[in-house]
Amino acid sequence: MSFSWAKPYEPKHPLMRWLDERLPLPRVVYGAIGGGYPVPRNLNYWWNFGVLAGIFLTIQIVTGIVLAMHYTASADGAFNSVNQLIMRDVNAGWFLRYAHMNGASFFFLVTYIHIFRGLFYGSYKAPRELVWMLGLVIYLLMMATGFMGYVLPWGQMSYWGAQVITGFFSAFPVVGEPIRIWLLGGYAPDQAALTRFFSLHYLLPFVIAGVVILHIWALHIPGSGNPTGVDVKDEKDTLPFHPFYTAKDGWFAGAVLLFYALVTYFAPDYLGHADNYIPANPLATPAHIVPEWYFWPFYAILRSFTVDFILPAKLWGVLAMFSSILLLFFLPWLDKSPVRSGVYRPLFKRFFWLLVVDVVILGYIGGAPINAFRVAVGQIASAYYFLHFLVILPIVSALEKPLPLPNSITDSVLHGEAAEAAPIGSPTRGRKAASAA
Amino acid sequence: MATKAQSAEGSDTAGAAGDGFRRRDFLNVAPVAFAGVGAVAALAPLIIQMSPSADVLALASIEVDISKILPGQGIKVSWRKQPVFVRNLTPKEIAEANAVPLSDLRDPQTLAERTQPGKANWLITLGVCTHLGCVPLGIGEGENKGPYGGYFCPCHGSMYDTAARIRQGPAPKNLEVPEYSFTSPTVVQIGRGG
Repeated sequence: MSFSWAKPYEPKHPLMRWLDERLPLPRVVYGAIGGGYPVPRNLNYWWNFGVLAGIFLTIQIVTGIVLAMHYTASADGAFNSVNQLIMRDVNAGWFLRYAHMNGASFFFLVTYIHIFRGLFYGSYKAPRELVWMLGLVIYLLMMATGFMGYVLPWGQMSYWGAQVITGFFSAFPVVGEPIRIWLLGGYAPDQAALTRFFSLHYLLPFVIAGVVILHIWALHIPGSGNPTGVDVKDEKDTLPFHPFYTAKDGWFAGAVLLFYALVTYFAPDYLGHADNYIPANPLATPAHIVPEWYFWPFYAILRSFTVDFILPAKLWGVLAMFSSILLLFFLPWLDKSPVRSGVYRPLFKRFFWLLVVDVVILGYIGGAPINAFRVAVGQIASAYYFLHFLVILPIVSALEKPLPLPNSITDSVLHGEAAEAAPIGSPTRGRKAASAA
Repeated sequence: MATKAQSAEGSDTAGAAGDGFRRRDFLNVAPVAFAGVGAVAALAPLIIQMSPSADVLALASIEVDISKILPGQGIKVSWRKQPVFVRNLTPKEIAEANAVPLSDLRDPQTLAERTQPGKANWLITLGVCTHLGCVPLGIGEGENKGPYGGYFCPCHGSMYDTAARIRQGPAPKNLEVPEYSFTSPTVVQIGRGG
């Protein structure tokens, strides 16, 4: 699709030739994830996580469809259909349920790594802005899907999660409360809310799959990025996706799936909350209510606003939480540096790791019980999050002097050999020898 | 549409004399507009099906027997699937609530405004924190009432006083007072009668 040297699809079997002339679907697949898609030869392991996200989306869809065959979306029956029927009675139901529960966590985990990969290597920059923005759309859809799925077992955390998250909308003046009641179909989460959440939880993964296709389509126009951020120049810089990256993605997927199996079999409830094994009780809130771990950083931002300032504190919290994601849509225009890869941006690199630390701190604060000290830490960390994107990134990209870029991908891959073969003291040896010493 | 009409004016002979708007344009606009209005009308059921249905709204009123609630006690009842706190305040709690200057309050209201005339000891509020909807503690025997003697929300630490007014924490408003009336000295109807 992208480069002139991409190998065209040549059907060998007469049946495939017959099909190709009528519906060229194998041709599309060959060009997208087969030998017809040339990929930079220097991708490191951070580039494996997009494929992994696709694998976990598939696992979620498959286990989810099967779970829906046994689940009852009723306020009276949902808890028992999960905890009695699926967990005890349905053959292998416990496995499907735990695989789905932990599959969600792993889906978010690999997606977060994928996002931070993009942040470090400048994957959001031209010409891949739309790839980045479609990815954010996928992420927002994932958050909605994850939240609604968590409500379905109708335990205490499910119920109060639904109450608190729909409560966000009541922060908006005048229209907020009617919107909340409209979303729930009642004054509090109940049958109407549960049924519509189930319906949407079943729908949205297929919408995600559709946007994933757009995401990959948009990616394959310029082709994949790479750790140097230097554009592909000729055929020497690339390898066909199959068999090179199918093999690399394949073994690494196996390794990650082992880790996933380890958690699913030996610590299936580690990432969940014990309170969700208590049936929903609209009259009593659990003492420590937090969302699932993948929402903790945003929950910390929400809780950081404690003082009214022009607008009520509650509205500030909700606005800040939403804008913490929405501002990422503007990232291609906030970071104006022409150098994509963080490897060649010494100043940017330091601030990138500070951001990672900041998000980890936000995550810890969001998941921990609230106290005055943690609120203060959360406020500083939230402020830094916005500072990073709105102030630090634009300034850094204006002031920073990037390191010299390699001439080409091939050059960056082979420079070690060339430098080592050169005589000591020769200019060719210069840079590599200095860094080795 | 405008450019199309203008370019058509010179070349097309079918137009009505010089106004630039042809019979063909009308035939294009009218059915599309008609179908558009129809499509918007068809959206209405898709939107209003989300609103609370009549059976949910029918639960909008309950009667509560308050004869067994002694001063200093309270009960939690379910109204519209939400908890309602019915509390019999002690004279000390009433005095505490009345002693607070209104300027100290985030959502200024007197106890008298939040109770009915002559029934200042009956504090009836929703048990729904105005921050994000958790159920505050303090109505049950031995629960944490918070530093102001009213209610304490465990989720994000909002503290309410003995008139269920917000005093500290992230909640923006006092606990909501639902519409209610005394149908007899010992029975309260919460919600609109009918």
